[in-house]
Amino acid sequence: MFNIILFILTIVLLVISFIKSKEKTKMALKKAWKSFENILPQFLSIFILIGIMLSVLTPETISKLFGQQSGWLGMAVAAVIGSITLIPGFIAFPLAAALIKSGAGLMQIAVFVSTLMMVGIVTVPIEIKYFGKKTTILRNSMAFIFSFIVALIIGGVLGDGIN
Amino acid sequence: MELIKRYRTFISLAVINALIVVLYPSIGQKSLKITWSNTLEMLSVIPPVFILLGLLDVWVERETMMKLIGDRSGFLGGTIAFFLGSAAAGPLYAAFPIAGVLLKKGSSFSNVLIFIGAWSTTKIPMLLFEASAIGWKFMLTRFIVNIPGIVLIAYLTAKLLTEKDKKLIYDNIRSKNK
Repeated sequence: MFNIILFILTIVLLVISFIKSKEKTKMALKKAWKSFENILPQFLSIFILIGIMLSVLTPETISKLFGQQSGWLGMAVAAVIGSITLIPGFIAFPLAAALIKSGAGLMQIAVFVSTLMMVGIVTVPIEIKYFGKKTTILRNSMAFIFSFIVALIIGGVLGDGIN
Repeated sequence: MELIKRYRTFISLAVINALIVVLYPSIGQKSLKITWSNTLEMLSVIPPVFILLGLLDVWVERETMMKLIGDRSGFLGGTIAFFLGSAAAGPLYAAFPIAGVLLKKGSSFSNVLIFIGAWSTTKIPMLLFEASAIGWKFMLTRFIVNIPGIVLIAYLTAKLLTEKDKKLIYDNIRSKNK
């Protein structure tokens, strides 16, 4: 749905741009291609890496690792898995919901969801390419710590149930 | 030769994956399937993003961007950056090239980091999805805690970087986007 909107928006703007100036549109497309090609090797490598990791880590394994009784250790495991893997939200949220139903703890899931979204170990090479090492390390490690704060607050507000 | 050098990580990973397919067919095939679906997802998001970036680069004046989210844009600039990130769709890795162009166009460092933070975790379409999958209370609590968190992380990261660090990043982005 959103991708369709994105495509339509791009095409409309491209047409407007082309009507206004052929030269500038050509330049824009050239820049677009150059920056895409520049980052392509990283993308491709990361996708293979994710594919291998996710095929080894099944939902059953994940569930076993951070059940309700797993406590801090479970949260730590959840944080590490969330930081390393890169699962799109449309898969991650149903997965999280399924894990809660099958006995995973809310705080563990909160850490998992937060690190999944904010910390990206596999995408670190891409981030470094744009922001340099220092920014990348600072941002990711602060987001990692922050994910635990989010989980503690979720645990405090929601207790044991999601309702 | 240069091409092989740039793609060497990809090539070696592809070889590893091929070995897995041979040695452990079920794991190997599953991983190929996941890789393929991720590649398709990328192809459905990334091309328009890069074209929009090219257009932005060519058409929007540096001055306009600076006024909106530059060093002196203050609270309003931060808010704009937050909503820019939240309105996005697509995985985090799509945000980095955009952040690069924003920096090049004169956005302040902390605003770009707010943009990245919002993109990573408070995307509006994702919030709706999160609420329907896990529940409104979970989503809202996370959302409310995330807002100050994103700002704090952005502010601290920008503070901890020296002027030299920032200059390096700006120079690097400018040289790449010629």
